[in-house]
Amino acid sequence: MIYFDNSATTPVSKNAADAMHDMLIKNFGNPSSTHFLGIKAAKALDEARQNVASAIGCDKEEIYFSSSGTVANNTAIFGSVLLNRRKGKRIVTSSLEHPSVSECMKRLSDEGFDVVYLPVDKNGNYSLEDLKSAITKDTILVSIMLINNEIGTINDVKNIKKAVKTANSPAIIHCDAVQAFGKINIKPSMLGVDLMTVSSHKIHGPKGAGALYVRRGLNIKPYILGGGQEKGLIAGTEAMPAIVGFGEACKEINYKEQYDYILNLRDYAASKISQIDNVFINSPEDALPYIINISIPKVPSEVTVNFMSENGICVSAGSACKKGHRSDVLTKIGLSPERLDSSIRISFSANNTTDEVDIFIDKLNQVIRKVRT
Amino acid sequence: MKEVILIKNGELALKGLNRNTFEDMMIKNIRFRLRDLGKFEYQKAQSTIKIEPLDDDIDFDEVVERISKVFGISAYSRAIACEKDFEIIKEAAEKFLGEELEEVSTFKVEAKRADKRFPMTSPEISRELGGYLLSKHRNLSVDVHNPDITVTVEIRDTQAFVRGNQLMGAGGMPIGSAGDAAIMISGGIDSPVAAYMMAKRGLRLTAIHFASPPYTSEKAEIKVHSLLSKVAKYSGRIGLLTVCFTDIQEAIRDNCPEEYFTLVMRRMMVRISQKIAKKEKCLALITGESLGQVASQTLPAIVVTDAVAKIPILRPLIGMDKREIIEISRMIDTFDISIEPFEDCCTVFTPKHPRTRPTIEQLEEIESAYNWDELIETAVNTAKFKAIN
Repeated sequence: MIYFDNSATTPVSKNAADAMHDMLIKNFGNPSSTHFLGIKAAKALDEARQNVASAIGCDKEEIYFSSSGTVANNTAIFGSVLLNRRKGKRIVTSSLEHPSVSECMKRLSDEGFDVVYLPVDKNGNYSLEDLKSAITKDTILVSIMLINNEIGTINDVKNIKKAVKTANSPAIIHCDAVQAFGKINIKPSMLGVDLMTVSSHKIHGPKGAGALYVRRGLNIKPYILGGGQEKGLIAGTEAMPAIVGFGEACKEINYKEQYDYILNLRDYAASKISQIDNVFINSPEDALPYIINISIPKVPSEVTVNFMSENGICVSAGSACKKGHRSDVLTKIGLSPERLDSSIRISFSANNTTDEVDIFIDKLNQVIRKVRT
Repeated sequence: MKEVILIKNGELALKGLNRNTFEDMMIKNIRFRLRDLGKFEYQKAQSTIKIEPLDDDIDFDEVVERISKVFGISAYSRAIACEKDFEIIKEAAEKFLGEELEEVSTFKVEAKRADKRFPMTSPEISRELGGYLLSKHRNLSVDVHNPDITVTVEIRDTQAFVRGNQLMGAGGMPIGSAGDAAIMISGGIDSPVAAYMMAKRGLRLTAIHFASPPYTSEKAEIKVHSLLSKVAKYSGRIGLLTVCFTDIQEAIRDNCPEEYFTLVMRRMMVRISQKIAKKEKCLALITGESLGQVASQTLPAIVVTDAVAKIPILRPLIGMDKREIIEISRMIDTFDISIEPFEDCCTVFTPKHPRTRPTIEQLEEIESAYNWDELIETAVNTAKFKAIN
């Protein structure tokens, strides 16, 4: 098997799986219980929180566990709006956000908020001018992703804080860093963001855990109510096995060394791909090297994905590219219909090798020969 | 006092001396449908089939839901079986129908006394029970011509039954009574409806699906499984054969003119399907074609498709509008699955300008460019079987 779909999810590391197994079978207590099993669980929860905080570059008091990146994004957005709604009606976001952000924006727009979507260029970047003019003094929230999940575009979110200050805006700054976590430095204080979302299953942790960084002193309002877990911000009994697995996976993050390896792999793949006739790379050159989006005109995305799958290779079609459902991101960066309908996304992890790239290229040539006549 | 189901069979009563066979077939079908819900006793008596649960914790609503989908049942009712004692019958009627009677305004009581030893006559039973129910429900008045609810009391040999209005059954004929046929299923809206309609006429179904990996995905096959499992709620178990169609589709692409792709494909599908039908002892094929709906369903196109068929092709939707088909697909709960967007083999290599007035001679000439026999044999012999419940 060749797994080139690491932006969708990643295999769980052995250490994470072992730690989870222990939590499932032996150390199964509820961290809210006051008996010895509960206390043991509470300690494990605290340790996991520290692991996530260290990997992100913040204090553990600033980490709130959630059950997914989606729940963290929803909590960040609605929690900010609930806190700030008397200060204004304007919200600024980019037009390439993940559905767990963009669907929240749609809802807020329906509720009467003035949502401004920053337009993007062919690389998927918004312009600093547009950002500056979008943020006004009645803007209450800015939510922009760090890395785009379909093409790997890196947004320069550092400039948001300055724009907010210049506009004398009360805006809270949220950043969806799910695709960036574990791949580049995302230290929140360095990026100048107040809220940041990360997820476990993109970094070789299990599904079922995510986290929201909340800058110390910022008291966004809870969106999910219940028994007061996570200091009342995200209620619900903590999914201990998933959270502990998440913490273990965080300990194994080593983005500095990995980055060069992946960059090499990407450059190798890109050079091989560009040798194939009439195949295009849709990701910008300076994109995060973990993601390459390509188009193979006349070979529908689904056919490539199915063919690769038959041959034991996992890649994904653009994003959720279905018949009649074109990728929103690729449409917005202005791809032609022919390239839209034939796009696939290859996403690497440090487990991948150049040999695997060779096999993939070989199969890519095969499917092209099979379908293009 | 115990809740039971009473079943009336419609057309079955017309089948003269075969009636017993048909009834037994229907009971067998019902037994199979209810097999995982608990233990039941089945009794045939006086043109009614009684189903009585033997366990105490049976989900009776689920039983009724499943019964409502068994073909051959024209009407059925939930009833209370009780002792043949008028005091108990009164109590049973109030307990079983009281809530329902609160919500309507008119009713009547009908009594049928099969056991003439019962001390009250039918009119007496009606009058007495009617009076009792009137005294319990101030909202009610009697209307013998057009009542909202008819409360029926039947005094049988061993016990009495009290029931409210009858419910419409699924109608049709018991599955298996008409023999076996094979439905060609794509994953669209039409073919599951066609399958449902022919099952209703008593056909036991085998299904044939054409998959063209990598042009079609495994998800399209899973979609067909979910569609068939909805149909199976009516038709009972369906044996599905999935044919790998890729080589044939590629051969069509490489050897035939584009505007004929779909027509050649349809003819190949019929050739393969009837061979599979023969193996599976099916006497006919079923398709979801509707006249003129798409280019391959014009009359000339149907002529060229039928030209290769050696067994009948049943097309229950041939005279129906899309709207009517969709209505049935919603009723049998296949619509929402059908509209999930996955490529099926019918949409792979679709010609831009398909022929709508082809002739048999044209098709025969086009197909003579290639020897298809081996590919057809392989497709028939490599079809994968899966039982869908």
